[in-house]
Amino acid sequence: MSHLTVFEHDELPAEQFEDVEQQRETSSLGMWMFLSTEVLFFGVLFTSFFVYRTRWPEAFAQGAKELKWWLGATNTAVLLGSSFCMAMAVHAASEADDRTIVRWLWFTVVLGTLFLLIKGTEYAIEWHEHLVPHFRWSPVAPGAGEPRDPQLPLFMTFYFVMTMFHALHMVIGLGVLLVVIVLARRRHFTREYHHPVEVVGLYWHFVDTVWVFLFPVLYLLRH
Amino acid sequence: MSHPTPRIYRNVFAALMGLLVLTVAAAFLPFDRVLPTPHAAVWARRITISIALTIAVVKGLLILLYFMHVRYAPRATWAVAGAGFLWLAIMLALTLADYLTRNHPGIPNNRGEPRYLLR
Repeated sequence: MSHLTVFEHDELPAEQFEDVEQQRETSSLGMWMFLSTEVLFFGVLFTSFFVYRTRWPEAFAQGAKELKWWLGATNTAVLLGSSFCMAMAVHAASEADDRTIVRWLWFTVVLGTLFLLIKGTEYAIEWHEHLVPHFRWSPVAPGAGEPRDPQLPLFMTFYFVMTMFHALHMVIGLGVLLVVIVLARRRHFTREYHHPVEVVGLYWHFVDTVWVFLFPVLYLLRH
Repeated sequence: MSHPTPRIYRNVFAALMGLLVLTVAAAFLPFDRVLPTPHAAVWARRITISIALTIAVVKGLLILLYFMHVRYAPRATWAVAGAGFLWLAIMLALTLADYLTRNHPGIPNNRGEPRYLLR
């Protein structure tokens, strides 16, 4: 008996299920239950963003222009690439091809880490440009001396809260991915039982979807 | 139960990258300078938000249906996944039905009276 009993799957299907297919569908359904609450978690942030955008549209348009759209676009491409790798890992899992699972999961992890590095670079640039409300702010842009909209800190606060919550989800996802890589290397998955790869895949694609909305809403609404 | 193939994943990924280029390009169209209306800035705002969100919804649907296998999933998954987005739609619709229709001063109607303005 391993001490990691949580990872044991000696009985297949587990006794409460009719068959393995039902067990698989149930684990996906459970992840979707959680993701539905996540939709509302991020949904509240988007709703309040648009409420304040209707009140101060000029400040929010200025905010979009202060952000580095090319870094945001690069990050979108990186994250979409990582989602593609994750989808390929799930496909390899359905064929019980451990080596291929591990390879695609590592690609996913590398691209996810690259995303966080680029995001961190952006935060550093914003710190340098005095765009961090409360901590490092100036009412005029450094150098050019353009006056900043008095409501610009509100936009930047939304930007930091939304992107940091997203980045937190990425960090958690990377941790879970590493666990699944270890399990795949230990030949834990079979053609019948590879539900953990699918479930972490659902989570990873969802976090990708959140960014697909964050990128245009924060970086591209320049009018 | 059928599953998408690697070929479908590659096509979906290519479509997502194409939509990314499209949404970035659309963001830089100078609607506020080319629209033949005195309220070009307001219309530029409405148009860019509509384009950006429409493309984002298409990208999100591609990820949901193919990468997340919802298209191939049982009805129960459709119901649970749909419930989250249905409640999000209710929250957005009822909230913005208020904030988008408040009387913003600034642009009068053609009789010179202030009017409700979608921003």
